[in-house]
Amino acid sequence: MEDGKVISIEGLKKHFPMGSGRFTALNGIDLAFVEGEFTGIIGPSGSGKTTLLNIIGTLDNPSEGRAVILGHSVSELTPAESASLRKTQLGFIFQTYNLFQVHTVFENVEFPLLLQGIPTGKRRQMVLDALEWVGLTDKVNSRPAQLSGGESQRVAIARAMVKRPAVVLADEPTANLDAANSHNILQTMEKLNRELKTTFLFATHDEKVIGYVRRKIWLADGRVARDEQVEKN
Amino acid sequence: MLAFRLALRNLLGAGLRTWLNVIVLSFSFIIIIWTKGLLEGWDRQARNDMISWEVGGGQYWHEEYDPYDPFTLTDSHGPVPSGLSAGLADGRLAPVLITQGSVYPRGMMHSVLIKGIPPQQQVVQLPSSNLEAGDGDVPAIIGEAMAESTGLKEGDYVTVRWRDRNGTFDATEVKITTVFKTTVPTEDVGQIWLPLEKLQEMMLMPGEATLIIRAPETGPPPEADPWIFRDQDFLLADIETIIKAKGSVGLIIWAILLLMAMLAVFDTQVLSIFRRQKEIGTYVALGMTKSQVVGLFTLEGAMNSVLAAIVGAIYGIPLLLMQAIKGIKIPLSSSDFGIAMAERLYPVYSLWLIAGTVAIVLLVTTAVSYWPSRRIAKMNPTEALRGRVQ
Repeated sequence: MEDGKVISIEGLKKHFPMGSGRFTALNGIDLAFVEGEFTGIIGPSGSGKTTLLNIIGTLDNPSEGRAVILGHSVSELTPAESASLRKTQLGFIFQTYNLFQVHTVFENVEFPLLLQGIPTGKRRQMVLDALEWVGLTDKVNSRPAQLSGGESQRVAIARAMVKRPAVVLADEPTANLDAANSHNILQTMEKLNRELKTTFLFATHDEKVIGYVRRKIWLADGRVARDEQVEKN
Repeated sequence: MLAFRLALRNLLGAGLRTWLNVIVLSFSFIIIIWTKGLLEGWDRQARNDMISWEVGGGQYWHEEYDPYDPFTLTDSHGPVPSGLSAGLADGRLAPVLITQGSVYPRGMMHSVLIKGIPPQQQVVQLPSSNLEAGDGDVPAIIGEAMAESTGLKEGDYVTVRWRDRNGTFDATEVKITTVFKTTVPTEDVGQIWLPLEKLQEMMLMPGEATLIIRAPETGPPPEADPWIFRDQDFLLADIETIIKAKGSVGLIIWAILLLMAMLAVFDTQVLSIFRRQKEIGTYVALGMTKSQVVGLFTLEGAMNSVLAAIVGAIYGIPLLLMQAIKGIKIPLSSSDFGIAMAERLYPVYSLWLIAGTVAIVLLVTTAVSYWPSRRIAKMNPTEALRGRVQ
């Protein structure tokens, strides 16, 4: 990784076919993120923030330009390599939680560790640690349907964090939550960011999230409109 | 191992949806095995009954004898060849004389085949000992189907008419000593059995026969020129043809049941992939490759069959075992069906039938699971995460 940068993006463009033409979601993005950032990518719907997060998350490829994630160029990764990167280094938090409904809370959080083949004893301890971070040790045997929205999102955070990833990508994590739950999970993520030095990138247009981030990147029409650091105590 | 664990977790976690599918699939398993077992049991019973009642270990036929041409009966008789006299003496051979004739129960005429067989024979299962001469009457035995069609019963007297070797019509009264029960219609329908010597005397054919039945498993058949030896394969050829025809019907039933099982799995898979798009996207986001997800969904579909086999075994083994022991009562008589058919059929479930059925259903459901799961490989994970794939 060059100069401590975990993510480096240069001249990034992303086009989608639309009818006979194409729609440009990202139109020349240059950004870099260093370890431990707590950053919000802010913009209205259609501004390109989810597309940017998907490319950083190696779920999508750039049309032009270059995105280097933890030293790997996204467009040069094979499907197996990008899956491996997501499995070990990237964590995802989704607006609709995306928990596995037929699994218990424990099993949901355990899933990324199962994929990594971590032994049972160690895996169990890591899951319990992650659930402790988010304050859900009493819900290990519950199923997602038995949880509130806030609890579900905390399970999603535990699932994203349990493998201690270098980068967590959170797409509108508070969009389905009330104010109290939003603050609660943002405080949880802020605490994890501080304690584990994990880089957090949020795609959001929620003011509550914007109030917590230490770097704000505004996107408009697929371009970076503003990029500012926020000094916090 | 991971895929197996996840597939099992997903299936068990899906609860009622999984169990409904598994139960439907287990019905297919059980019905396929039951149907095949029943046909197999029927085939075996029919073959065994034909051997023990009619075919024996093969038959020597007079060179003129053709069972499908009744006109040959006039000429198809002759003295028992000398090469067979030892077998006759020690009871390994049973000569049968056959002629055409009529019986007149209650003033009605019925055309029949009159067959003579030695009362003491033990080569076939026919209860010929009831043809031993008794109180001066001419004893005769008939099967239940013959008794039903003529209205005759044990103790009845009936007039029998025939033509002797000179073409002269003659008639006598015989006493029905026994109405026997058999599953072999060709020993029963339209036939009346008399003591061989009595029939030879009536026909003016002393020491002659139309065919000679060998006892089963009595070594290689001795030569008896000009008589023709017909082995079991030849004599069972007709029933084998019927069994083959029956087997084709069985195959159609089997294919329909298998198709039902395939449809159940295919439908579940298609619905599952459509409904679980976000889950598929999440698997990919969390680090599974698309091919791993395809494998997971295929395995889930295949495991439906495994669970169905287990569930089917729980209720199917006692059910099928009970039927194999107690048999199934068949409401048709053998004469209605034209093939040896007992009142009670005992299904036969071979290890090959059970293992083969499980293996084939498993293979087919795995293939059927894989077919729709391939769509996952073409999914864009970012669209799948939003549940937007159509």
